[in-house]
Amino acid sequence: MKKIILVALIALVTPYLQAQKVGFKIKGSDTVLPLTQKLAEIYMKNNANTSIMVTGGGSGVGLSALMSGTTDIAQSSRSMKLDEKMKLNDAGKAFKETIIAYDALSVIVNPANKVSKLTREQLEGIYTGKITNWKAVGGDDQKIVVYSRETSSGTYEFFKEHVLNKKNYATSALLMPATGAIVQSVSQTKGAIGYVGLAYVEKSVKVLEVSYDKGKTYVTPTVENAKSKKYPITRPLYYYYLSTTEKTISPFVKFILSPAGQKIVLTEGYVPLS
Amino acid sequence: MKNYRIIVEKFVEGVLFSSSTITSLTVILIIVFLFREGIGLFHGSPLEKDFVIAVSKQNPIQELDAAKVKAIFNQDITNWSKVGGANDSIILFTTSDITNYYSEEELGSALEFLPKKLNDFIVSHPGAIMYVSGKSLPPGFNGHRIKIKDITIPGFVFGRQWYPTSEPIPSYGIWPMIIGTLMVTLGALLFAIPLGIATAIYMAEVADIRIRNILKPVIELLSGIPSVVFGFFGLIVIVPLIQQTFHLIVGETVLAGSIVLGIMALPTIITITEDSLRTIPQSLKEASLALGATRWQTLVRVVIPYAKSGISTAIILGIGRAIGETMAVLMVTGNASNIPHSFLVPARTIPATIAAELGEAPYGGMHFKALFALGIVLFLFTIVINFTVEFIKNSKKEIRS
Repeated sequence: MKKIILVALIALVTPYLQAQKVGFKIKGSDTVLPLTQKLAEIYMKNNANTSIMVTGGGSGVGLSALMSGTTDIAQSSRSMKLDEKMKLNDAGKAFKETIIAYDALSVIVNPANKVSKLTREQLEGIYTGKITNWKAVGGDDQKIVVYSRETSSGTYEFFKEHVLNKKNYATSALLMPATGAIVQSVSQTKGAIGYVGLAYVEKSVKVLEVSYDKGKTYVTPTVENAKSKKYPITRPLYYYYLSTTEKTISPFVKFILSPAGQKIVLTEGYVPLS
Repeated sequence: MKNYRIIVEKFVEGVLFSSSTITSLTVILIIVFLFREGIGLFHGSPLEKDFVIAVSKQNPIQELDAAKVKAIFNQDITNWSKVGGANDSIILFTTSDITNYYSEEELGSALEFLPKKLNDFIVSHPGAIMYVSGKSLPPGFNGHRIKIKDITIPGFVFGRQWYPTSEPIPSYGIWPMIIGTLMVTLGALLFAIPLGIATAIYMAEVADIRIRNILKPVIELLSGIPSVVFGFFGLIVIVPLIQQTFHLIVGETVLAGSIVLGIMALPTIITITEDSLRTIPQSLKEASLALGATRWQTLVRVVIPYAKSGISTAIILGIGRAIGETMAVLMVTGNASNIPHSFLVPARTIPATIAAELGEAPYGGMHFKALFALGIVLFLFTIVINFTVEFIKNSKKEIRS
């Protein structure tokens, strides 16, 4: 009996005797989430004394958590807005911005849809509610069901700024709480259209070619096309962190930017930096 | 010894008293907090704190209503003559656009030259409308601010648009959500109340004791399942099912939300109804049967009237679960902020909106306050429902006695 108690005691105490653990939290974009999770997993395997906690919620959630000090790194699929920068400046907090990878924002439809390409103007029409039938863009006579992310998403903001020309989404757009939910819904709804990061694209949905020059050239979102900047809706993915925590975080960031880290970026379906 | 007992009794009494006081105080505190944050929405302009909309000094326009400003920034209005100004096209400008006109070096590393550059911009672009932080405008700024009307309570409750993050003027109109919430809840109850009460009666009066002993724990298990699981179940099973059954173009509908919520409210309704049916004195039932009433007559005339108060409590708690549920509804109703005109179209509910958006809303901002105002609306709903049921319960009692 005594032996058991002794062993239990030792087991309880040992973790505290080990070398000091380093831990930090990463929060924000759902687009970056699968990548960060994979990177953190591999990094923790190689560095046993580091623990990294990764959560999603949307870029807005991450950046607002960074401001309130509840996360160490904000992962974001959009750059920090100027008023967010001003808020941090006002609070006297200096921050660092690192681009860790690129993503090709892919427009997806149901596999049964005849349409295989759209121009930016057509996308704007569909998402602002001016075009409501697939017939108008060369498809079947069927109502368009528009799927979007929630307002907390960086992808929502990015799409609004770069595809909708800053116009508001139609009120009839269905706002989904997660990127996975958009893929699920588009795969089971015939007239659906949605947008997701390239890494989320599956066989159950069809990816559209997009044109930004009024229909002269259409480009498919692939890693190669995003790398060569041929695909127009390519965006950087960011890590934001405060300068005060840079010391603890920089080994992890360095790992991501290293060739080994960038290889993981590629295998996870994102676009590496170089 | 006797003294000791008295002391213990006093002590227990004190503990009981203070627990109830702490509970009531917490409830009051939460309500005060909710109202304090929510009411703040109606005291200010719809613009974010410290932010202003400014135009050039030469521009004759002094005041605009929120709808016009929205139309301008949504590029539906592109000429000043449409809003009573000169015939000049409108140039939209928000702070982040400054980098399109001036390089980062010109602005300085800590943005210290921003105010000066904003002034340079308005001088060189007299047709511009600017949405900027009032703090970053320099003294002697070559322009004037435009007045915008405050958010009103009717505008909030009956507004049709919800664009909480739209710049420069967000829209906080919750009418579609009020209708959406009521319809989803109503649908859930239409489905859960008959089914729940029937199951409870079966378990309490009809079922064999062995069946009941299996059924009851299984139903209680249902209430322990996290709501996200219900949400996923709804999205993957119920949504496609509804889509195919009714040949709809989109399966995320009010009905899907109602079914998922109904399933979630079932354990509450069943358990409480069943418990109240079991409290009926055996003698009452036996008396009825002895008078020659059938089992069915006894059930309808004796058992159910006796358990009425328990059944109404079950319904209230069921409504409580349904109306306040967030995650499951968020996943299956589609969250389009249109007014649902039937059970087979998408809808957005109040709790789902709060759950989806509170995380990103900066503390103390307009969006944050608008979400708390939504919380107040939800709170008022529950109060009204509780009082109505309470009223019905009491009036029925008077008739009977």
